[in-house]
Amino acid sequence: MNFYGGTIHNGFNDSRNSFGGFRGVDDYNFQPDIDRGFITRAHTPLTTVTSVLALSYEGGVVMAADLVGSYGSLMRFKNCPRIMRVNANVVIGASGDYADFQYLQQIIKQKIIEEECLDDGISIKPRALFCWLTRVLYQRRSKFDPLWNTFVIAGLQDGQPYISCVDKLGTGYEDKQVATGFGSHLATPLFREAVENKPLPSKEEAIAVVKKSLEILFYRDARSFDKYLLATVDSNGAVIEEPQLIKPDWSLAALTECP
Amino acid sequence: MSSIGTGYDLSASQFSPDGRVFQVEYAQKAVENSGTVVGLRGTDGVVLAVEKLITSKLYEPGTNTRIFNVDTHIGMAVSGLISDARQLVENAKTEASNYRSQYGNNIPLKYLNDRVSMYMHAYTLYSAIRPYGCSVLVSSWDEVDGPSLYMMDPSGVSYGYYGCAVGKAKQAAKTEIEKLKLHDMKIEDLVKEAAKIIYLVHDELKDKQFELELSWIGKNTNGLHQRVPLKVFQDAEKYAKAAMEEDSDSNSEDM
Repeated sequence: MNFYGGTIHNGFNDSRNSFGGFRGVDDYNFQPDIDRGFITRAHTPLTTVTSVLALSYEGGVVMAADLVGSYGSLMRFKNCPRIMRVNANVVIGASGDYADFQYLQQIIKQKIIEEECLDDGISIKPRALFCWLTRVLYQRRSKFDPLWNTFVIAGLQDGQPYISCVDKLGTGYEDKQVATGFGSHLATPLFREAVENKPLPSKEEAIAVVKKSLEILFYRDARSFDKYLLATVDSNGAVIEEPQLIKPDWSLAALTECP
Repeated sequence: MSSIGTGYDLSASQFSPDGRVFQVEYAQKAVENSGTVVGLRGTDGVVLAVEKLITSKLYEPGTNTRIFNVDTHIGMAVSGLISDARQLVENAKTEASNYRSQYGNNIPLKYLNDRVSMYMHAYTLYSAIRPYGCSVLVSSWDEVDGPSLYMMDPSGVSYGYYGCAVGKAKQAAKTEIEKLKLHDMKIEDLVKEAAKIIYLVHDELKDKQFELELSWIGKNTNGLHQRVPLKVFQDAEKYAKAAMEEDSDSNSEDM
């Protein structure tokens, strides 16, 4: 017996087929690695989604993320929504592995249903969801099997704009503005510039900055896309708008001929 | 009771010589001591109504409710031992959750009913445990199957119903339900009738206080199980009380 309670083998399936013999029915019987004496885990994301941007404004928050799912550098899926409405006060957005996001999305959806069933008028607040997410992600990384995502939680915490972020290691922080992935390099400076003189911009200003950041990311981040979802959470509730398109202006690109 | 002292009523895992399982029958007796629960199924939805008996004036109103949401699309009304019933609600919630995680869809009521009644039945088979001391009504509505209503009892038996009643005054309630033309009644009328039946069968001499609970699910609620809105509740209560007064008026005329 080994550490995991299975029998240790030499790592090969001990049937004759490992040596290139006849292909029998046994060949197609899936034997998990754990039964062969070792454990394998995903150590790289597969279908990935790129930056999530979130910015707080006077009375609410705005979040945006594009819709492409990349398979390596291949732009493989063109409709991967990754902003989820949790309730009237909270939305979450994800970057990283899309399958891991979908997995957690199912769990969160069930959590919401169970909460609604209690019928006590209480719904989860963004900080509570953030805390819960840090626990889930930290537990997974401690098992050396992380969920390969960075989550952004945005909404209203007791009426105040709230944004926070958790990465695949379970590290979390709260801030007035958050951008994940490539956006942390390209969009965060733009956000900071926008709030330099006015800590909480107006809704229109905030949306304009987020849209501009998306456009810049579209120019410079090769995993980004021109179709995106934009969500706002304020006194009107949590609203995810219909997909919108970036209108790019390539005239700024050198060596590009423009009419 | 013929069973007492015979020794055949001590275990749920043993038959009596005339082929009965007394522990299960005792469990059904426990249900008969509880407040009445009524379920009505119309053309476009199902209404559940509960006569929740208040055993002490010191209790806060609105506590220990007997109508639960199992899932967004399934309601459950319970009669009998409340703590037993809560365990069943929990079991049903788990079934609904598992179904969704496996199949990505809402659990069909027919399937949930099967699972929960199988679970209740399992508790009638062993000597170390006792059967559930409660009956439960489950309701649902969807676009394809329309309204559905099932009732499960402590033996693990369950049926689909147009209208059903369980608890203290189930006989009286059933008689009232049979007077209704459930086949062509809308949910708005069902709420009123359900409230009326609960008020009608309530025995003021034996149980002084009770709280009415009403829930509905149907086309009008978009297939979501909900407690009826305050306005509808008040209207139904008013209708029930008016019907009671009419009833007592005509009684006094007879005298």
